[in-house]
Amino acid sequence: MTLREIVEKLNATVYLGQSRLDEDVTTAFASDLMSDVLTLKDTPMLITGLCNVQTIRTCDMATLDIVVFVRNKKPTPDMVELAEDNDMVLIATSYSMFKTCGLLFDAGIQPLY
Amino acid sequence: MHQEYTVIEGDFTNAGTASSSVKKTLKQLGVAPQIVKRVVVALYEAEVNAIAHAYGGKVLVDIEADKIHMVVADKGPGIPDIAQAMQEGYSTARPEVRDMGFGAGMGLPNMQKNVDVLNVTSEVGVGTTVEMIVNFV
Repeated sequence: MTLREIVEKLNATVYLGQSRLDEDVTTAFASDLMSDVLTLKDTPMLITGLCNVQTIRTCDMATLDIVVFVRNKKPTPDMVELAEDNDMVLIATSYSMFKTCGLLFDAGIQPLY
Repeated sequence: MHQEYTVIEGDFTNAGTASSSVKKTLKQLGVAPQIVKRVVVALYEAEVNAIAHAYGGKVLVDIEADKIHMVVADKGPGIPDIAQAMQEGYSTARPEVRDMGFGAGMGLPNMQKNVDVLNVTSEVGVGTTVEMIVNFV
């Protein structure tokens, strides 16, 4: 599933990474716990309700570069600036974590575990 | 190559500054991406711990041809029982640390998983020093 299709499915807004929307996404991980994100060996798309600079820093360290913020959380300018340095994609949806995960799972995005 | 960084108590905005800089350096040196990830995840966990639990500290990084040696030394309350702190799920983190997505008692165990050598020494009322080594080969 391409990022563009994900954006359409989630009725989401793209805050960063317009040029990468044709990239394919196959796996996702959903968590508000950054400690959990730091244990991942793989590099899935992150779905999270935690919207602060540490979300971006954690993704940088864990080499995740696509983040979906749920439930109307919008990345701040300093988050976007930091994410830009790491060539990340930031999108945001008004849908809940549960609905976001359900829609993407139904569309074929795979879990890690 | 020697690098030093300062960690300031409660300064979550800059948590990861040292790790981020080390990541860039290791990438420039051509270190394998999976090794870089292990290094920066462990160092980031240690940085977050120093910011969350202590009153500030230092990050000392020495990069050699075949390994990286990292020391995160803080001034703080210290850890009374290191074995207990190493247990997954054990945490003494404040609510604001949890608000940042941390404090689940996974930091020290995750450092252990990512490094080749981990030494934690601590003196109650003085501070904690975390020494980590990751071999490049």
